[in-house]
Amino acid sequence: MIPACRLADLPRGEALRLDIDPPVSVFHTDDGEIFAIDDTCTHQDASLADGWLEGCEVECPLHASKFNLKTGAVDAPPAKRPVRTHEVVVEDGMIYVRLSTAAPNLPPCVAARLAGAPA
Amino acid sequence: MVGASLAGLSAARSLRRQGYDGRLVVLGDELHRPYDRPPLSKEFLAGTIGEEELALESDDEDLQAEWLLGVRATGLDSADRAVRLADGREIRADGFVIATGAAARTLPGSEGLAGVHVLRTVDDARALRDELAGGGRLVVIGGGFIGGEVASTACALGLDVTVIEAAPTPLAGPLGETMGGIVSALHADHGVRLLCGVGVKGLSGDERSDTRVSPDGVRGRVDAVLLEDGRSIPADIVVVGVGARPCVDWLEGSGVALDNGVTCGADGRTSRAGVVAVGDCANWYDPRVGAHRRVEHWTGARERADAAVRTLLSWGAAEPGVPRPPYFWSDQYGVKIQFVGHAAGADSVTIEEGAADDRNVLAVYRRAGHPVAALGMNQPRLFTRWRKQLALAAS
Repeated sequence: MIPACRLADLPRGEALRLDIDPPVSVFHTDDGEIFAIDDTCTHQDASLADGWLEGCEVECPLHASKFNLKTGAVDAPPAKRPVRTHEVVVEDGMIYVRLSTAAPNLPPCVAARLAGAPA
Repeated sequence: MVGASLAGLSAARSLRRQGYDGRLVVLGDELHRPYDRPPLSKEFLAGTIGEEELALESDDEDLQAEWLLGVRATGLDSADRAVRLADGREIRADGFVIATGAAARTLPGSEGLAGVHVLRTVDDARALRDELAGGGRLVVIGGGFIGGEVASTACALGLDVTVIEAAPTPLAGPLGETMGGIVSALHADHGVRLLCGVGVKGLSGDERSDTRVSPDGVRGRVDAVLLEDGRSIPADIVVVGVGARPCVDWLEGSGVALDNGVTCGADGRTSRAGVVAVGDCANWYDPRVGAHRRVEHWTGARERADAAVRTLLSWGAAEPGVPRPPYFWSDQYGVKIQFVGHAAGADSVTIEEGAADDRNVLAVYRRAGHPVAALGMNQPRLFTRWRKQLALAAS
């Protein structure tokens, strides 16, 4: 599990990007739920933490694809592949993320960059 | 469903999502299944993505629809409730969604000249991509978003590019003079020539000496763009990006009221019961500006389909929601350009973050002190906050 931030430091309606590889974003919805998903939109290179959080959905800040925070499913195009979700644990006022072991669905441009990058 | 692009597909999805489980026929005049058009002037034109990546449907998606593709609708009989097709067939239905889009305007006199392109469909994009691969001198007629994106892509491919704009400042309509000037300065940053305030008189070509036209209709190849001030700009390839006109000719005489597209209420309804329209062909009433506005944006085609379908299924019973302010984006020279709202009504525009010289800007347009629009250049996070705020202020 990796620590994200203190619960008190992430107000409702806000998101936090964790700069790990690939980056993960943590969302605190208006209803008080906390979710973690891969930060990179599966369509093109954009940070979902910069997106429009509404209910249990986030809309990509660039091309308006919508993802369900609970399931990672695509609720609106142009994205076609779901975003990977991660388990969130809140303990003693601290938000932790247990990273998924599934393969991420990164957009073609980012996947190519990672594949070409030195290990 | 007359039209099988984003608006048609979105409406089909909305119908199923809103519980319609009856027969659904989707008509499309292109042979292709629904595909995404924004990449046609960017990644697809650059050759970094292929056709399969343009598909809007996911592999496991099944809308239980009958797709009739490659056939054009030629008429609507709203009394008899039937659509006539070019091949003579008639499709009867209880409800109709008109989503026939728009077609690229062409330049009179350019017919039959090889090397002259418009960009609207994947077939257009493939033809242009193949020509750009050969390099040379590209002249783009029209400094709007399509023109700007084609110029940007071609410049990155190494072509020598000139953009010609009839107005004194490109993008002054959608963005206003000040910000139109800042965004279009991207051309000069990257060595693309931008000629403004001059109209195009015509094209010249190496017309074949005899008057016979070859079997494919080609009468020669373009070699220059002739300007109204007498200049001649040499060109190997010309792209005409001078806007689009709504595809509604087929509705003449149908009883569906037309004015700059299909005249629609704020919920997508047309003048005929059981007929709604959405997407580039639809001229919706916008209560925010108190006038009809034909919104030719990707997000409008998607978001308004839901409202139009609600109207179709509940005719009159559903309260029309206020659609979000129009939002569009453009990618040029690696800069993400985003715009929301209506620039036309603004009396001031201020840069609230970043600097014009850095091509990194968040600008807010106001009327009588109230924000009415926002522009972002490489500012997705702040821009989204403004987009949200403008939507909340409007609802």
